[in-house]
Amino acid sequence: MSEEHTHIVPYKTFAIVWIGLLILTGVTVVVAQYNLGAMNIWVALGIATLKSGLVVAVFMHMKYENRLFKLSLFAALAILAIFIGLNFFDVLYR
Amino acid sequence: MSDVTTTATSERGFFDEGQYPGIFAWLLSTDHKRIGLLYFWCIVTFFCVGAILGLLIRLELFAPGETIMGAQTYNAVFTLHGVIMIFLFIIPGIPAAFGNLIMPIQLGARDVAFPKLNLFSWYLYITGAILAVTSLFTGGGPPDTGWTFYVPFSAQTSTNVSLAAVAVFILGFSSILTGLNFVTTIHRLRTEGMTWMRIPLFTWSLYATAWIQILATPVIGITVAMLFAERIIGTGLFDPAQGGDPIMFQHLFWIYSHPAVYIMILPGMGVVSDIVPVFSRKPCFGYKAIVVSSLAIAFAGSLVWAHHMYTSGMSDMAVLVFSFLTFIVAIPSAIKVFNWLATLYEGSILLDPPLLYALSFILLFTIGGLTGLVLGAAAADVHVHDTYFVVGHFHFVMFGGTGMAFFAAMHYWLPKIYGRMYDKTIATVAWAVMVIGFLILYISMKIVGMQGMPRRYYDYVPEFTGLNQLATVGSWILAVGLVLMFANIIRGIFKGDPVEANPWGGASLEWQIPSPPPMENFGEEDPVVTHGPYDFTKAGIL
Amino acid sequence: MSGHVHKDYTGAKFGMWLFLFTEVLLFGGLFLLYAVYLARYPQEFISAGKELNVWFGGGNTLVLLTSSLFVAISITALRRGAKTLCLRLLGSTIACAVIFMVNKYFEWNAKISHGIYPGSDHLKEMQPGEMVFFNLYYLTTGLHGLHVIIGALVIAWAMFLIKKDQVNADDWVILENAGLYWHLVDLIWIFVFPLYYLILH
Ligand code: HEM
Ligand SMILES: [Cu+2]
Repeated sequence: MSEEHTHIVPYKTFAIVWIGLLILTGVTVVVAQYNLGAMNIWVALGIATLKSGLVVAVFMHMKYENRLFKLSLFAALAILAIFIGLNFFDVLYR
Repeated sequence: MSDVTTTATSERGFFDEGQYPGIFAWLLSTDHKRIGLLYFWCIVTFFCVGAILGLLIRLELFAPGETIMGAQTYNAVFTLHGVIMIFLFIIPGIPAAFGNLIMPIQLGARDVAFPKLNLFSWYLYITGAILAVTSLFTGGGPPDTGWTFYVPFSAQTSTNVSLAAVAVFILGFSSILTGLNFVTTIHRLRTEGMTWMRIPLFTWSLYATAWIQILATPVIGITVAMLFAERIIGTGLFDPAQGGDPIMFQHLFWIYSHPAVYIMILPGMGVVSDIVPVFSRKPCFGYKAIVVSSLAIAFAGSLVWAHHMYTSGMSDMAVLVFSFLTFIVAIPSAIKVFNWLATLYEGSILLDPPLLYALSFILLFTIGGLTGLVLGAAAADVHVHDTYFVVGHFHFVMFGGTGMAFFAAMHYWLPKIYGRMYDKTIATVAWAVMVIGFLILYISMKIVGMQGMPRRYYDYVPEFTGLNQLATVGSWILAVGLVLMFANIIRGIFKGDPVEANPWGGASLEWQIPSPPPMENFGEEDPVVTHGPYDFTKAGIL
Repeated sequence: MSGHVHKDYTGAKFGMWLFLFTEVLLFGGLFLLYAVYLARYPQEFISAGKELNVWFGGGNTLVLLTSSLFVAISITALRRGAKTLCLRLLGSTIACAVIFMVNKYFEWNAKISHGIYPGSDHLKEMQPGEMVFFNLYYLTTGLHGLHVIIGALVIAWAMFLIKKDQVNADDWVILENAGLYWHLVDLIWIFVFPLYYLILH
């Protein structure tokens, strides 16, 4: 059959990613104990983005999908960012 | 497009090939044409109900003071009119009815990508519609908030807003599933030779629309869910007493509802883009520009929602930014208008009913769009916000735009689907009556709005009487036109003359198969496409 | 490309992804409010966030991450023909879902017995920002919990089809899509956890 039936991800890859996710969870908990001011939230979001990136790329096989999937995901996230971001022209200047 | 081998099994095409007996041939069918017709007739029914409510509103406004109903009834009637027209007619209108009927055929496919899901969408639509109607008779009575459901009033009113919110949620879900189905279909089910640049513009417009349906509709879902939670368990996210911000409701509402106006208008633009070349016997001018502008509208439409909120008390900075962004959206809309006009220019024009309806779309949408720019300029909008000027604006774009496009699509594609032609003279007369009524009705509204008459009141000061009476008379003329048009269409379906496969001389795939189309659209072999959708020379029409 | 003969795997997966986008934007509305209200009430979000128990949130994070691992492996297992292993993994996933919900039950229960829930008198005595925080917390975790339950049902349905061999090593897209849905549940939590439980400074 066609390309999409070929790639089987080995168990080991999943296990490694899982360990990575656990480590990142540990890191975000530990970092949260320190006061970094406004940076706290950005670090937390950064780590969460990294974690979700791992889940999407490997667990959800995005890494192995074609460009259409990746572009669409990008579009969806960009729109979400716009929806949230533009509100701050109101919220920050009121 | 060429090389279509058709093995028409029967005169009445898919009508003769129901999978199940009796009514179940419709209620359980996963065939895109049957589902399209289910949608079509439900949508037309709701349109008629909504139109009657609109006529009642106009009747109440025939004279100052109470004419036929009191304030509370009036609030319920305009709310219901808005909810029905927006959520049950305009939003699903063209995509769910004509998209389902025509889009797979235009791609050379036998059905949409997920036929069962498609049927499920229809059931969600019907469920939502039934709940919306139920909300009138249960709980604290018919909602009286307007279709915008603004807090704090919607969180506090004792009328049955909760059920209406559930209905909107379910209707949104239906819209999402249709969008998802269409995007997947367009990506995966194009037949051999149907490259992206050979997709008819109607299907292209559905593609852009479907993306908005997917990405914006969930936001209204969560918004009405929060409204529901606020009413039922008191989550107070928009309640200042609990630290909430009512303006955030408006943001969330318009984050969906502005993109939603493009869900409404883009398919209409698609219909017009398909009709104009066929009746000018000329390839569509600037095909690529129309494609790109559809996608650009879909994207830019996500950036401008707060132009509905200039007077809400949001920051001046936001007013400035959103006013600027709003002007940007007008550009791709204008590109389309210029392209249609350029297509008509020096064409050999056939003034058949589909083109007439399409032409009225172009005229009325342009007027509506230009008044949109007046409103987009914050300095002007502050004065006319919440007046009849706004009501005039959105009726020009929604009724004059999408509504006319829906009627154009009806006159263009129903003969294909039913295999019978309506009376063209009556269709033309009905069209003329309708346009005259329309202009009298909504131009009066715009003027009286400019003079300061606010919207959503059952009463007004006597100075406004003249224009209001003119508007009401306009509404009667419009109604006559509508009745004539629908009667003619329905008569045509039953008694009209049989039509050939290609009554208008179109070059896209739907005109290459019999009317009505057979069950799986194409015979044994999938069609192979060798030229673009408006290449009348290669299609052998010119 | 005659889509009606073979199952179109790419199409099916793509459809599922589109659906996941709608879920992301659904939760997006709640995250939007979170962002806006955090900007408005930074101090009060911190004082309210401290009331949440990191152990509950962290524990549930581990449970969900592990369940995601199970689902991911189960697909490989099925495609390699290890049907029993696949079913066990999916069973474990559902077990994780149950643990998650039980955990959530105790967590909510503790909060509610302290009088912190939407509309409660105790809540109404708090600072405005704290009220918003808890209201958002209940809506977000409630909606997420609902997705956990739906996700578990979807997995159970996939198990049923695998048992009947309708989903198998050659035809597994339903499991793939069920898995995608489950991972989404995990994804949302990956953001909920730091935003609500780790907002301490
Ligand atoms: C050039 C394009 C357009 C521009 C610049 C524009 C601009 C605006 C603005 C600024 C408002 C807010 C007025 C106010 O409340 O004070 C408005 C209202 C509205 N517009 Fe448009 N618009 C455009 C096209 C459309 C289209 C295509 C549709 C629908 C098919 C539409 C439907 C509406 C509706 C329904 C409202 C009123 C909503 C309500 O308050 O109930 N508009 N428009
Ligand atoms: Cu708008």
